[in-house]
Amino acid sequence: MKNFSFMRLSLWVYLAIFFAYLLGPLVIMSATAFNSPSFPRMTPWECLTFEWFSALFRDERILNGIWNSILVGAGTVVLSVAMGLAGALMLTQIWPKLRATYYTIIIAPILIPGVVLGISTLVFWDRINRMLGLGADSFLSNGLFLTIIGQSTFIASYCMLVLVARLQRYDIALTEAALDLGATHAQAFRKVLLPFMRPAIASAAVLAFLASFENYNTTTFTFGEYPTLTIELAQKVRYGITPAISALAFIIVVLTVFAALFNEASIRRKQLVAEARKKATVEELESGKLRLPGFLSSNAAAVALVVVACATVAVVGTASVYSPQQCIANVQEQKRLETEERIKELRRQRELRRQQQEEQGEAAPAQTAPATGSTGNNSGFGGVFAPGSLSGGSEAEPETEQEPQGNNSGFGNVFDPNALSGDGGESGSGN
Amino acid sequence: MSAGVGVDLENLWIRFGDFVAVRDANVNINGGDFFSFLGPSGCGKTTILRAVSGFLEPSDGRVLIGGNDMKGIGPNKRPTALIFQNLALFPLMKVWENITFSMEIKGASVRERRKRADELLDMIALPGQGDKLPSELSGGQRQRVAIARALCAEPDVLLLDEPLSALDLKLRQHMRTELREIQQRVGITFIYITHDQGEALTMSDSIAVMKAGVIDQIGNGKTIYNDPSTAFAASFVGENNVFRGKIKRIMGEEALIQTNRSGELVARISTANQGKMKEGDAAMMFIRPEAFALAPKGAKGTHFVTAKVNNEEFEGNVFNIFMEGDGGKELKVSIPNLGQSFEDHTGQNITLEYETKNAVIVPAGELAAE
Repeated sequence: MKNFSFMRLSLWVYLAIFFAYLLGPLVIMSATAFNSPSFPRMTPWECLTFEWFSALFRDERILNGIWNSILVGAGTVVLSVAMGLAGALMLTQIWPKLRATYYTIIIAPILIPGVVLGISTLVFWDRINRMLGLGADSFLSNGLFLTIIGQSTFIASYCMLVLVARLQRYDIALTEAALDLGATHAQAFRKVLLPFMRPAIASAAVLAFLASFENYNTTTFTFGEYPTLTIELAQKVRYGITPAISALAFIIVVLTVFAALFNEASIRRKQLVAEARKKATVEELESGKLRLPGFLSSNAAAVALVVVACATVAVVGTASVYSPQQCIANVQEQKRLETEERIKELRRQRELRRQQQEEQGEAAPAQTAPATGSTGNNSGFGGVFAPGSLSGGSEAEPETEQEPQGNNSGFGNVFDPNALSGDGGESGSGN
Repeated sequence: MSAGVGVDLENLWIRFGDFVAVRDANVNINGGDFFSFLGPSGCGKTTILRAVSGFLEPSDGRVLIGGNDMKGIGPNKRPTALIFQNLALFPLMKVWENITFSMEIKGASVRERRKRADELLDMIALPGQGDKLPSELSGGQRQRVAIARALCAEPDVLLLDEPLSALDLKLRQHMRTELREIQQRVGITFIYITHDQGEALTMSDSIAVMKAGVIDQIGNGKTIYNDPSTAFAASFVGENNVFRGKIKRIMGEEALIQTNRSGELVARISTANQGKMKEGDAAMMFIRPEAFALAPKGAKGTHFVTAKVNNEEFEGNVFNIFMEGDGGKELKVSIPNLGQSFEDHTGQNITLEYETKNAVIVPAGELAAE
């Protein structure tokens, strides 16, 4: 019994660690989107702010990147799902002896590195472009076209895998029944097979869109004049990252959670309705008096969906009226006070040391000169690298006057670990 | 029945690679008949059905529907409707949409379709169930929906591929009568595939017994049962006792057969084999369990059989006696329960008698597997 409970406990601990590992980075990144320091971080928590969201929506390049990503995603979804469905149908119809070979060929793009696909797409279509004698600005060398084609080469394989799984459960007799009842092949496909495949097509489309949205290594060769979001982010990160990117991540996380909950809730709802219909008597069905279960009843996902929706509305509402200016001012004021306090302390210490030195200097004046020289050197060195000096310059606010003062105290500042940690935030923002 | 559209198979061969699924089938099915193909699984009866419905092209020979050669005409252009073994109802469509699928194809309006669906639902005794999904119906209801869907297409020939095999016994018996009634009401040709001789006998106007791609015998139920033309037909349709032997003497329609186990016996030569059998031919004699009667002990003659009783069982309407039979097969005798007293004969030798017209001789051949 004891052993058993130990097993249970370790299972829970394992689960906790596992989920922390899985979701921890997302949680921390989301939290940094609401903290006021201009370098994304969670501690120390300074002020709740929504300004990174507005910063995000003011960023032309990010917005343009999102738009391009959506365009590419839509194109990739259409192309990949169509190719995937064709591939899946082919797989079920092909001569059985060829099936394994065909499967390998059609799966191969997943195994080929994205970089290779990107380069080869670029080279291949450039060849075709030249063969056709078209110029550099032709449709075939258009970034949007190349990106969609390039991504579809392997995303179509993913789609095919999803579709094949569903197609394997399809009873070919259904198509035969449709044909037997007078349908043409096209009608049988459209009215029987396609509705059957619809859930898988929807999954494949979502999968294709997400795979396209997050793709970097293929797109990086093909994007041309249409940088997608991932490309823009990668370029931005080279120059340092801001919480605006956390804000974007947070929005994506929230949208994903919404979509997942909505999907879950509607699946559960369908199950409940089917159950209710199954239990219903003929009279109930005929009279239309059948009471279907409410949207929220025994549907945890729906409840969670509503809660998340309410929370979102509340947050957006708060954001529209909330102003962190006062808080930010307070924090800065507090920082200033702290710094002043520290300066005073340092001055006092220096005074004390000088007195000591003077006392010692009387005893051994020869050693004083090199010692003071090194002191001066240190302060100069510290002045250059003192993190505060840059940020003070960049922010150029009157309150940050304390920074140069801090630099003046160079020697103490460099060797005092507190000073670094206290100014770390400012230094990060400056860089 | 009113004259419906007949189906003819002329020298029909169907091959899959080296495998011959149907060998030289010749069948004339009269319009408006209920015609059954009866045979064990894998004998090619479904293949024939698929050739009639157009999913398979014959390797040789012709399929004629209403006298027209169906070569090159696809399943969607033939005046046939097939009821699949697994019914193949469209799982995502409601019952009424399933039933009127053939109308949707032709572009009928929803109102027309609804109206027709209601008529057909009334006919199959499922009124008001049109808005259910097939998965919400029971097996027998689904069965009837499949029939309604096929009938909605107004076919000249309805093809049924073992449609009752998935149902339980009670429902199966009920559906037999129902199918027969529907057939008589709509008056079109039904071609029915089954391995269940009970289904074939109760419903059909004519039956074709098939074995390994070959049609052994065609006839009505009584002929098939009472006058089988092959050993296979005799042993496959209903229970039968076999006596192996050689023809000793032919006496007009009857023959004396020297059996391996039970001495010389007299029996009628089956109609199809009249005049075709010679003295000395290997032959088989078949007697149904119910054609025997108990005879006085020790009676001897050419219509008496004596054997040792292995086991006896009381079934209610009949009293079954299992005796040592020919070729390792038990000899089964069913004595109707008319209130007489049954004494236990286990371990004893008893003597049975039969009327020669109830025993039939066919050339020796392969028996149906148990």
